[in-house]
Amino acid sequence: MARVLMKGCEAIAEAAVRAGCRFFAGYPITPQNEIPEYFARRLPEVGGTFVQGESEVASVNMVYGAASAGTRSMTSSSSPGIALKSEGISYAAAARIPMVYANISRGGPGVGAIQPAQQDYFQATKASGNGGFEMLVLAPATVQEAVDLTYAAFDYADRDRNPVLILADGVIGTMMEPVELPEMKSDEEIAAIRASKAKWACTGHKLDYANRAWIQPGQWNTKIMQEENEKAAAMYASWEKDIMVEEYMVEDAEVVIAAYGISARIGKSVVDICRREGKKVGLIRPITVHPFPYAAFDHINYDVCKGVLDVEMSIPAQFVQDVKVGVKGRCPIETCLCSGGNIMSREAVLEAVNAILAK
Amino acid sequence: METNLCVAGFGGQGVMTLGKFLADATCNATDKNVTFFPSYGAEQRGGTANCFVVISDEMIGAPLGDVMDDLIVMNGPSLKKFLPTLKKGGNLFINSSIVEDEITRDDITVIKAPVTGMALEMGNAKVLNVIMLGVYVGYTEVVPPAVVWETIEHKLGSKPKLLPLNKEAFEKGLEIGRAARA
Repeated sequence: MARVLMKGCEAIAEAAVRAGCRFFAGYPITPQNEIPEYFARRLPEVGGTFVQGESEVASVNMVYGAASAGTRSMTSSSSPGIALKSEGISYAAAARIPMVYANISRGGPGVGAIQPAQQDYFQATKASGNGGFEMLVLAPATVQEAVDLTYAAFDYADRDRNPVLILADGVIGTMMEPVELPEMKSDEEIAAIRASKAKWACTGHKLDYANRAWIQPGQWNTKIMQEENEKAAAMYASWEKDIMVEEYMVEDAEVVIAAYGISARIGKSVVDICRREGKKVGLIRPITVHPFPYAAFDHINYDVCKGVLDVEMSIPAQFVQDVKVGVKGRCPIETCLCSGGNIMSREAVLEAVNAILAK
Repeated sequence: METNLCVAGFGGQGVMTLGKFLADATCNATDKNVTFFPSYGAEQRGGTANCFVVISDEMIGAPLGDVMDDLIVMNGPSLKKFLPTLKKGGNLFINSSIVEDEITRDDITVIKAPVTGMALEMGNAKVLNVIMLGVYVGYTEVVPPAVVWETIEHKLGSKPKLLPLNKEAFEKGLEIGRAARA
């Protein structure tokens, strides 16, 4: 397969189209405007529908509707826009409707800064809306990985009948990099995917009341509500098998960098620089940030490890809370942070690693 | 081997296009890894625009480095802003038509090309970025010049009328770059 140079946002949109996404609704916000822009041009070519909604809330609810009818559907936004969409995401989680959305995150809180940041970690992994629902949250570190994870996200969403979140940042979204694109699903394959949802989706068939999704404002029977919560909890518990993590030169490491997304990519280059100088440094990079790969931290040799360095573009640190759960107090944890739209500096990470090595 | 390049100038000087042509050529015709990262912000008309291109034989970590190997500056404010990021022994490519500032460092190589003036002489101010791309590729040969031209040719495919002008611009740039290297 020939590689093509693509911008992260455009690559995410093309991957979605190739996965069979035929409906997108969104509302503009930097730094993810290239996603709706690309869909607006591309979806009509494949018989799909693009809508620029009048707001984030309207567009997420359009996706909720389209997905309820069995169509692979997506929305995207950036941090404050994602916050507005949280109502629709929570509704989709309640109704067990599969949808995919991407957060190309930027500085915060509030309207924040339009430049890249990783300040939506808690929102993405712990509470993307009310009611305690969970989602698979996938965090790409390269444009290629953004493509591969977006393509896979639609399968996860359909398998679980649940929203899936692509958690990227303004660097991944706006940078260009060579990618190999996955195969385009045929119209027949897409029709078969939709037909497979006939049991629960509004596809015009005779309703199967026992299995259909309850797409309604609420559930007034508390017994049924609890049963739905229990079913969802069992599904969340089954995700252990879906955990993805990159462990890089961890076994003998005296310092292990823990990071995700763009920070992890920068961290990995620091590992390479250090190894060339004979310094024993490794990296743990969760690819699924929810569920979190806590067990990866059991692979650190705590007899030699002087510390784990949490690297993230968030002040105060958020990701570090999950790192702490993984490390379980077995070695000290230091942080290397920036925030508010400033991009992690390789020099800063190197300095922080050297400070731990010098201890 | 990793090359970190920063291209900076006024909005409208084709700084992003220059960087994208180079990244695209690298992607299309080499096995190297490449990233293109544009600065974006609440940019003002006439403000600075800049992008970063990293070309490497290995995996690329940071798509924008802290220290640049090469720096292309198209205007005065960009020189002031980015000169401190250029490494010792790095290459500075200057649009000498409009950058009149003294270069305050003597630990770098300076390659001057009056690209704005040249483009105006050629009758189209817009080709200054293609001349500068020629200068850069002619001097560094970070990717083969022929490959870069093929990319430009491909990108301008829908506007064949512009090809002769751009070809001339690219070749004039190459000459300057090669002469500076010799």
